[in-house]
Amino acid sequence: MSFINYASREINCKIVYYGPGLRGKTTNLQYVYQKTAPDAKGKMISLATETERTLFFDFLPLALGEIRGFKTRFHLYTVPGQVFYDASRKLILKGVDGVVFVADSQEERVDANIESLDNLRFNLKEQGYDLDKLPYVIQYNKRDLPGAMTVEEMRLELNPTNVPEYEACATTGEGVFETLKAIAKLILIDLKKGK
Amino acid sequence: MSTQQMVMYEEEFQEITVVIERLLQDANAKVIFLVDKNGQLISGVGDTERFDTTSLASLTAGNIAATGGLAKLIGEKEFSILFHEGEKDNLHISIVGGRVILVVLFDSRSSLGLVRLRVKKSSDELSAIFEKLLKKAEDKEKRGVSDFPFAEITDDDIDNLFS
Repeated sequence: MSFINYASREINCKIVYYGPGLRGKTTNLQYVYQKTAPDAKGKMISLATETERTLFFDFLPLALGEIRGFKTRFHLYTVPGQVFYDASRKLILKGVDGVVFVADSQEERVDANIESLDNLRFNLKEQGYDLDKLPYVIQYNKRDLPGAMTVEEMRLELNPTNVPEYEACATTGEGVFETLKAIAKLILIDLKKGK
Repeated sequence: MSTQQMVMYEEEFQEITVVIERLLQDANAKVIFLVDKNGQLISGVGDTERFDTTSLASLTAGNIAATGGLAKLIGEKEFSILFHEGEKDNLHISIVGGRVILVVLFDSRSSLGLVRLRVKKSSDELSAIFEKLLKKAEDKEKRGVSDFPFAEITDDDIDNLFS
């Protein structure tokens, strides 16, 4: 839920990166963090296990600049992707303004993608959101790996509603900012409608 | 949308600041923060410069959300007060008006009892202000007035953010 502060002239929005485990959600945030000017970013927080699996969430605050005199800030969160962390995933979706679904392009991961997308839809519904009415984009990550499905095949499985989709390789950064820019834009346009 | 969008106006912001400034004095605290349950910092008073306030807000909200989840598991509605005791500094975290989180950081110059007592009093005042704020937003919505400050936003404006 965006927070508009007239006193400090700020708008804060929350973006959640969702998807199955080991699909590069944290890597997306790490790349954004590395490539953002120091004055535009806050500290990146990762609540992870000893083996660097996300335990609760990663958090990265970004101050992108001003629109009409209002500082525009985006708070980026990832969810823990592993199936048994479902209770934590639900909590992180609270107050979300926009969702990025990070899918794995490898053929053997297709079931995990679909399961996670169903889980996203279900968990949003529990919080009173409808994925089809929320700013939402899909990222097809790991395009560089052998055995990657074609975008057409992935679209058929994961994007029946034809939301904006981006090919990416989060480790090299390809497609990372395109994805972020797309979701930020959708959120601002959604806010503009005065919902 | 499940919850209403949070909007803060100058008038209420001043009122809130007055209440938490007074709480800071009365409770002999070091820092006080008000955080939205979604992790957005609303206001902070005291020695705020020393802290990464954005991270603090996000983690506090995560903490409240996690303990809220625990509460539901054992059949409670929520745990409205959390207390973290450190070697030097302590955190008293409480939920105000069901929606906002009040964080009081204090050391040995104060005590848990004093903080609890003062927080209770301030919470009522803060609840009233947030109630008023919510009503204001609802009234505006009914009248069809948009709270978005830049209804005229263009694609270029958005593109410029990323340039």
